[in-house]
Amino acid sequence: MLVHLPPPWNPIFGRLGLILHYRYNNPMIFFAFELVFVGAAILLFWLTCTRRWHTLWRDWLTTVDHKKIGVMYIVIGLVMLFRGFFDALMIRTQQAMAVGPTAVSFLGAAHGYLPPFHLDQVFTAHGTIMILLAVTPILVGLMNLIVPLQIGARDMAYPYLNAVGLWLTATAAALVMIALFIGDFSHAGWVGLTPLTELAYSPGPGVDYWIWAVQIGGLGTTLGAVNLLATIIKMRAPGMTWPRLPIFTWTSVATNIIALTSFPVLTAAVGMLALDRYVGTHFFTAGLGGDLMMYTNLFWTWGHPEVYFLVLPAFGMISEIIPTFSEKPLFGYTTMVLASMAIAGVSWSVWLHHFFTMGASPGVNTYFSIATMLVGIPTGVKVFNWLFTMYRGKLHFETPMLWAVGAIFLLISGGMTGMMLAVPAINYIVHNSVFVVAHFHNMILVIVYATFGAVTFWFPKVFGFKLDGRYGRRFFWSFTAGSLLVFVPMYLLGLMGMTRRLDYIAHPAWYPLLLIQVVGIGIYILSVIYFLGMLAVSINRRETRRVGADAWGSARSLEWATRSPVPFYNFAVTPVVHARDEWAWRRERGLTDLRPERYVDIHLPRNTVVPLVIGAFSLVFGFAMVWRIWWMAACGLVGVIAAVIIRSFARDTDYVVPAEEVRRLEEAAARAPRPDTATAAAGATLPPHAQPSVRS
Amino acid sequence: MTMKTTDDTATGQATGGLWAFEDRGHDPVSTRTLGFWLYLLSDAMIFAALFAAWGVYLHNTAGGPTIHGIVHPLYAFAETAVLFTGVFAYGLAMSAVKRAWRGGALLAMAAALGFGAWFLGMEIHEFSGLAALGAVPERSGFLSAYWTIIALHGAHIALALLWTGLMLVQVLWSGFTEKVVYRLLNLRLFWHYQAVIWVCVYVFVYLRGAMR
Ligand code: HEM
Ligand SMILES: [Cu+2]
Repeated sequence: MLVHLPPPWNPIFGRLGLILHYRYNNPMIFFAFELVFVGAAILLFWLTCTRRWHTLWRDWLTTVDHKKIGVMYIVIGLVMLFRGFFDALMIRTQQAMAVGPTAVSFLGAAHGYLPPFHLDQVFTAHGTIMILLAVTPILVGLMNLIVPLQIGARDMAYPYLNAVGLWLTATAAALVMIALFIGDFSHAGWVGLTPLTELAYSPGPGVDYWIWAVQIGGLGTTLGAVNLLATIIKMRAPGMTWPRLPIFTWTSVATNIIALTSFPVLTAAVGMLALDRYVGTHFFTAGLGGDLMMYTNLFWTWGHPEVYFLVLPAFGMISEIIPTFSEKPLFGYTTMVLASMAIAGVSWSVWLHHFFTMGASPGVNTYFSIATMLVGIPTGVKVFNWLFTMYRGKLHFETPMLWAVGAIFLLISGGMTGMMLAVPAINYIVHNSVFVVAHFHNMILVIVYATFGAVTFWFPKVFGFKLDGRYGRRFFWSFTAGSLLVFVPMYLLGLMGMTRRLDYIAHPAWYPLLLIQVVGIGIYILSVIYFLGMLAVSINRRETRRVGADAWGSARSLEWATRSPVPFYNFAVTPVVHARDEWAWRRERGLTDLRPERYVDIHLPRNTVVPLVIGAFSLVFGFAMVWRIWWMAACGLVGVIAAVIIRSFARDTDYVVPAEEVRRLEEAAARAPRPDTATAAAGATLPPHAQPSVRS
Repeated sequence: MTMKTTDDTATGQATGGLWAFEDRGHDPVSTRTLGFWLYLLSDAMIFAALFAAWGVYLHNTAGGPTIHGIVHPLYAFAETAVLFTGVFAYGLAMSAVKRAWRGGALLAMAAALGFGAWFLGMEIHEFSGLAALGAVPERSGFLSAYWTIIALHGAHIALALLWTGLMLVQVLWSGFTEKVVYRLLNLRLFWHYQAVIWVCVYVFVYLRGAMR
C-alpha cells in the first residue's frame, strides 16, 4: 500500500535516520536555535522563579474562557509574526546581496549567503507562516475575544471546542518551528507548487512538514468557524436582533461562512497530495493520469476565499474604529452588511485569476476577469461608507484611528493593482512577477494595519489599561515608512520584469531598488523596537493608564458596557439591547452605570485539560507522520480519540458562580478600580470551584 | 444611577430594562445540533471537492482499467440496501428514544452497528477484488480518485460505527441524559448524512460506470 522510499527507514525511528545526513553547519540555523532555546530557557526560569507555573496551568493552559483563548491565539500569532519577519529579513538581504556577476558570496552560497534550496525554504516558511499561522490566529483570536462581548454572551457556544481549536493551531505552529531544527521545510512555495511537492522531486521530509502543519492548522480554523457561527446565531443577548448586530460581528459571520466552506477544499487538496506522497496515488503527479492543474484549481478555490477570510474581519475592525473616533454612527450600516456578504459570495467565483496563464479559453478568462472586478463594487461601497462616516465627524487621531485611516489608503492602492491584475492582457505580462507580490502584500498590509488598530483599540477592554500613545504613533509611522520603502520599489521592479522567488538577480539595474527595500526592512526593525517599547512602557506605567468601561469615551457597541478588564463572566448581568449602537444609546440617555438592581447566579464551563492533551497527541501524530514512524502516528491518533471518548463521559463540566459572589466581585471592582495585576489579563483569577474536575 | 427604563427604543420595541435577570438558558440541545449541521456542511465540502475532481479523473485512466471495467452497479445496489437498512435501524432507535424506551433504543442501535459493519465488509470485499485485478490506486489518476472517494465514505462509516458503539455504552451508563440525547440526535444526522453521500457515490461512480 505504501510508497517505496529510498532508505534509510526503520520501523522504530521511521525516516529520522535522515537527519544524520543533514549538515548542521549553517550559522543561521545556530542563531535561530539559540534564539528559540535561550528564549525558552529564560521563560522557564522566569516562570519557576516567580512561581507562576500554577497560574499558567490554571489560568491559561487549561482555560476554556474565550477571552483567554483569544489572547493566546494572538500571542501565538505575534510569535509567529516575529518568526515570519525573520524570514522576510533573510529574503530581502539575500536578494540585495546576490545581484549581478560581481555579487558577494558567503557561507558556501554561489551568490549572497543563502543557497537556492535554503532560500526556497525560507520564502515557503515565510508565506505559510504569515498567512496561516500569524494573521489567521491573530484574527481568529480577535474574533474570539470580541464577538461574544459584542453580542452580550457569557462565552462561546462551545467553549471546550474553542480550546481544542486553539491547541490545534498551536500544534501547527509547533510543527513549523520543529521543522527549523529537525530536518527541513518545504521548498515549494506557500502554495505548494505541484508537481514539485511530489515525492519524486521532493523526497525529503520538508513537504510533509508543510502538509501536516496545514492540515492540523486548517482543522483548528474550521472548528473555530463552526464555533463562531453557532455563537453568533445562538448566544445573542435579548434584544440583539440581526439588524442591531455590531458590524465587526457581521463581518465575522461573513468571514466564518467563508472559512467553513473553503477550508475543507484545502483539506481535500492537501489530503490528495498527502496520498500521493504516502500511498503513491496519482492525483498530481506528472504522468499516469495525474493532473497538476487540478491541484492549482483546488488550492485557489480555497486560496481566494481565504484572502477574503482574512480581509473581512479587518473591514469589520475599521468599521468599529472609525465611528468611535469620528463620534458618529457608522454611515450605511445596511450596505456595509450587504457588501460583506457580497464579498463573501463573490470570493467563491474568482479563483482562476491566480492562473489566467494556465491557458483556458478566452471565454473562461473573461468570465473570471469580470467576476474579479465585481469585487471592487462592494469594496468601493465600504470605502465610501467610511469616508462618509468621517465626513463632518469630530475626528480624534488616536493610534487606532491612524491605523484605520492608513488601512483605507492601502486598500485603495492594493485594490487598484488588483484590478490591473484582473485584466488578463495585463496579467499575462506581470503574472509571477514581484508586482503580484507587491499587490498581495499591499492587501495583507490592510489587514495588518486594521489588526494593529484593533489591538490598540480593544487592548484597554481586555487588560484594563491603554497602550502608550507616543510609542504607538512612533510604531505607526516607522511601520508605514518601512512599508512604503519595501513595497513601492517592489511594484516598480515587478513592472520592470523581475520575477518572484529569485535567488540570484542577473540584472544590475535593479540593484538600487533592491537596496531601498533593505532600507525599508531596516525601518521595519525600528518599528518592531517601537512596538516592544510600547508594550514595555504601557505595562510599566499601567497604574497610571487604567480606564473605565468605556476606554475611549466615545465607544459605541455592547462590549463597552462591562468593566475593563472584562471579568471572567463577561457581564455581571446579561444586558438587554435596545439599539444598534447599544453603548452609545445608553450613553446618550445617561444610563452608563454598570450596577444592576440585583445579581443572579452565573453558569460557566469548568476548566479542562483535554484540549491540551488533544493538541499534544496531534503534535505527536503530525511529527510521526512527517518522519513516517507508523507506530507513533497510531499512538497519536489513538490518543486523540481516547481523549475525546474519555471527555465524553465527564459529567461535572460546569459550575455556578452564586449571585452573592458576583456581587462581592463587582463591588470590590467598583471600590478599587485600579487592580494592580497585569497578569490577571482577562479579569480576576478564577474562583476555586472553577478548577478542572478530576474526571475531565 | 441604577434605574429601569421603559423607553420605547428607536425601533419601537418596548423593553423591561437594561439587564436580563433570568439568565436565559440557551437551549443546549438545539445549539449542539446547529453546530453539528455546520460541521456536516464543511464535511460535505470535502466530498464536493472530490466529486468535482472525479469528473476530471474519470478519464485519466493512463491505459489502465476504466470505470466500465471495474464497477458492479448491482453489487453496489446491494451495498446500498444494507447501508440504508442500517440508517433506518438507527432511525428506529431514535423513535425509541422519543418514548424513552431504553431497551428498544439499544436493540436498534445494535442493529445499525451490525448493518454498518456488514456494509464495510462488502466494501472491503469489493476492494480486495479490485486489488486482485491489479486495479490499485497506484495504477492511475482515475483509480486514485475512485479508491479515495469510496474509502473516505467508508472511513466515515467506520467513524459512525465507533460513535454508535460509544453511544450504546453511554445509554447503558447514564441513560437518556441531556448530553446523551443531543449526541444521539447528532449521530442520527451523521448516519443520514452518510446515506446522502452514498447516494452521490452511487450515482456519480457506480451508475456512471454502467452508462456507456
Ligand atoms: C479588489 C480586490 C482584489 C482584486 C481585484 C485582486 C486581484 C488579484 C489577482 C488578479 C491576482 C493574481 C495575480 C497573478 O498571480 O497573476 C491576485 C493575487 C493575489 N491576491 Fe489579490 N485581489 C484583490 C484583493 C485581494 C485581497 C483582499 C487579498 C488579501 C487579503 C489579496 C491577496 C492576494 C494574494 C495572496 C495573491 C497571490 C498569491 C500568490 O500568487 O502567491 N488580494 N489578486
Ligand atoms: Cu485571488
